[in-house]
Amino acid sequence: MKDQIRIFSIETISSWFLGIIWISPLLYAFWAAFHPQEYSTNFDLTAPIVLDNFIEAWSYAPFSRYFLNTFLIVTFILLVQFVICTLAAYAFARFEFFGNKILFYLILIQLMVVPEVLIVENYKIMSQLNLVDSIIGVGLPYVASAFGIFLLRQTFKSVPKELEEAARVEGCKIFSILMRVYVPLAKPTYLAYGLVSVSYHWNNFLWPLVITNSVETRPLTVGLAIFGAPESGVNWSIISAGTLLSVSPLLLGFILFQRQFIQSFMYAGIK
Amino acid sequence: MNTKISHHIYGWLLVMPAVILMGTFTHLPSVTTLISSFFSNETKKRPSIFIGAENYEYMFEDPVFVEAVMNNLWYSLGTIIPSIILAIIMALFVNSKLPGKTLVRMAYFTPTILPMIAVSNLWLFFYTPDIGLLDQIGALFGLESHNWLGDTNTVLACIIVITIWKEAGFFMIFYLAALQNISPDLKEAAALEGSSKLYFFRRITFPLLMPITLFILINATLNSFKLVDHLFILTKGGPNNASNLILYYIYEVAFSFFDFSYAATITIFLLVILAIISLAQFVFFDKRIHYR
Repeated sequence: MKDQIRIFSIETISSWFLGIIWISPLLYAFWAAFHPQEYSTNFDLTAPIVLDNFIEAWSYAPFSRYFLNTFLIVTFILLVQFVICTLAAYAFARFEFFGNKILFYLILIQLMVVPEVLIVENYKIMSQLNLVDSIIGVGLPYVASAFGIFLLRQTFKSVPKELEEAARVEGCKIFSILMRVYVPLAKPTYLAYGLVSVSYHWNNFLWPLVITNSVETRPLTVGLAIFGAPESGVNWSIISAGTLLSVSPLLLGFILFQRQFIQSFMYAGIK
Repeated sequence: MNTKISHHIYGWLLVMPAVILMGTFTHLPSVTTLISSFFSNETKKRPSIFIGAENYEYMFEDPVFVEAVMNNLWYSLGTIIPSIILAIIMALFVNSKLPGKTLVRMAYFTPTILPMIAVSNLWLFFYTPDIGLLDQIGALFGLESHNWLGDTNTVLACIIVITIWKEAGFFMIFYLAALQNISPDLKEAAALEGSSKLYFFRRITFPLLMPITLFILINATLNSFKLVDHLFILTKGGPNNASNLILYYIYEVAFSFFDFSYAATITIFLLVILAIISLAQFVFFDKRIHYR
């Protein structure tokens, strides 16, 4: 018994220790951002807490515009993903149409060939479509998501066919069956997929870097990369403040809805 | 009969938007990448002409490309195994009766939701010479200051550590899900038999975690060819290409050197690697299904 308590406490201590190591980069950012610059590498607990770094970061770069751009990109992608993936998933789940199996495999290829890998050719396509440096250009390669189609198809397949038949007897057409039977029953999938998609695109960098080149379209990540580059000469405390500013909505959302976040990632990954 | 035809029509109408969009931004560019890899780069003076496999010959002789591939192999090896081991440890911790479990789980998982760019800004502080945290800790033990990111010997390790930090918590949740599926009866039975914790892990828990480990292994491998965002902030592939990775090199060739044909050639190389890994997934998972 004594032995067990001891093991238990070693476990506790090491798990907490690992946790502290894991969170320390973030803790440090908080320290640097909320204290005057002379304390940024000097951990004096009596250091005064100030907000100057945030104010300065905000004035160094057009963060409000970056926030708006990221918000628009994420919303555009999510809404169009929901529509397109719902329609395709419904077709794959409930319609036996010519070529459906081959088509499904062709779609799954995108799980491997993610848009990031095709930056070169997609850039050319976007310039032909005249969509370089536009919000739509940032989002378009992602809206038909193999992952979303796959996830929703699995969910739709698990809906009992009797429900659909009952709705049909009541005179519902295909589209209203989808909206009244399938979509409401797939709410947890939409939530999980939505959270994963929002966090992915809030954080996405490479493709937005390639396709945007002005303040009007640049998302937070790209703005942050320019702002945080060593050449910019901005000091640490301000970089930390800017970094925290740009991750704060997602971080806050995560802290408030921790369970949903973790469950969504779990659910979306395991399906 | 009538409904059957309508099924075909409705099916195709429903998938049409997805098919058009995905065709335009996944399948079409894959094919055009392959085509442009056989052509010379188009410049203002010279139009693009067919040059056969010349780009490929050049690629395999390009020392920077070879270095990027080798780096990527080390990067994969160095990130995959440690992050999986850490993920298992984290999941075991969080799955046990632990005071402050929610907080600990949150600490492990937080890096997952942070953008790599922001993460790089945070980690820069650890690696900066003299005033960075690593050197400050080193100074306590009398070690000399070291330019971690400026040294060709340490830069790749620094990049690897960040990726492990970023991914371990993400993989943890899959192990957590798997652990929660292990029946408590097994644990009770083991306790009755008086078997040790280590024995229980080795004989019961670990084998039951194997299928999910395979899944994570493949995803981690795929990720190790796709996660390059931190290079943009921390190293730009340097010093002297010591931290250059394949996808970063593609970006450099295309958008710094403007050699789109050569970038396409390297993209094909990357696509072949990704295809092989995905194929392995297919084969393994098929086997797993047969076992059931």
